[in-house]
Amino acid sequence: MINRFLFYPSLFIFLVLLQVLILNNIQLSGFINPYLYILFIIWLPIDMPKGLVMLVSFALGLSIDLFSNTYGMHASASVFLAFLRPYLLNIMAPRDGYESNQNIGINDFGILWFLAFSSILTLAHHLFLFFVEVFRFSDFFSTFGRAILSAIVTLILILISQLFRYKSNNN
Amino acid sequence: MRNLVQFFIRYSFFFLFLLFEVVSFYIIVKNNSFHNSIFYTATNNLVGSIYSKYSSITDYINLKEVNEKLAIENESLQKFQFKNYEKLFGENILVRDTIYHKKYLYTKAKIINNSTNKQQNFITLSIGELNGIKKGMGVIGPSGVIGVVNSTSKHYSTVLAVLNINSKTSAKLKNSNYFGSLQWDGKNYKEGILADIPNHVELRNGDTIVTSGFSSIFPAGIDIATIKDFEKLEGEFFYDIRVNFLVDYKNISWVYVVKNIFKEEQIELEKQNLQEDDQ
Repeated sequence: MINRFLFYPSLFIFLVLLQVLILNNIQLSGFINPYLYILFIIWLPIDMPKGLVMLVSFALGLSIDLFSNTYGMHASASVFLAFLRPYLLNIMAPRDGYESNQNIGINDFGILWFLAFSSILTLAHHLFLFFVEVFRFSDFFSTFGRAILSAIVTLILILISQLFRYKSNNN
Repeated sequence: MRNLVQFFIRYSFFFLFLLFEVVSFYIIVKNNSFHNSIFYTATNNLVGSIYSKYSSITDYINLKEVNEKLAIENESLQKFQFKNYEKLFGENILVRDTIYHKKYLYTKAKIINNSTNKQQNFITLSIGELNGIKKGMGVIGPSGVIGVVNSTSKHYSTVLAVLNINSKTSAKLKNSNYFGSLQWDGKNYKEGILADIPNHVELRNGDTIVTSGFSSIFPAGIDIATIKDFEKLEGEFFYDIRVNFLVDYKNISWVYVVKNIFKEEQIELEKQNLQEDDQ
């Protein structure tokens, strides 16, 4: 298994660069914008302290903000995601609880579990982000629709990234 | 006390979440002008509606004094009424008034919040954009200048009062037409400073200071203050003049917002001069 202390920082940097250099420039039909960087928060170890997860999420969101001139928006949405994550982990825990060597992903939990887990978090994050961005509740459904469409694209990217991990672990 | 601490420890994760969200939203509102304007318009409307309720109570208490002031103002307006004039010559008067243009429009407004004890005092008015109030319009009271409109929302507007260390009003001496700028030093709400009056001008205590009309915000000749005392400083070109405001800023409730119809025209023309200078 790859060393955690090397893996997570390099994943952080990689995802931030991927987001600001490539994904921010992808705007499918003008308004669908995937935000893959949340994959980092989803992937963090299960036994990591909740407060630390939140701090790291804040830092991650803020670094995305710095590059995309959206001061604070991604930070607030990422913090919201980090807030939901432990509750969701609790609800979706297996009967015997989590084991210390389990990683969040298809390998250890199966595709259905992972799909449910990441889609709930992605949807929550995107809804929060898009509503903070427009900052009002008029045009509710147009914002809602944009958030959902972007969430679907992000989810597809998350699943593709799982395939990479799946392969490398099998080899 | 122990329960309180336990409460915080128990929900510490939630409070951490709140803390991070507050920081994030602070960053959002501080740095994004769009979010900033929405935030302040919303709070402005909320605060304004609370103050207007509050002031409807205080207005009732002040009714007697306001009535008295209105009576005085009515009295001074009476003498301009046409019926007070008597014809001296001839049978008919023909008035072809093409020489005079109406230049200023007045809208009455109620003050719903006011302060005099800060360094930067602002006044909130009960009318806003829907009544045609725009940033930069002048505000005068029955006895003198009040300030300049600083920001507006749909139903309310705030006024940068004369009692604000950032406020500068173009003013002149009533009897000699020398002009300077009237400022406030943030100390006493009854006293201000008149700057930029050259020291060869003859002054007397009690001289009246009126608006100059240069700034295109106020009509010329509105009373502002009287000279309290003045000093000739060694080696300076200008007087050090202290003035008494004619308006009692602690006790104002109805004011008029002044709209200068030709303001754009004047500014446009003056801008042309500046551009020629640049070339």
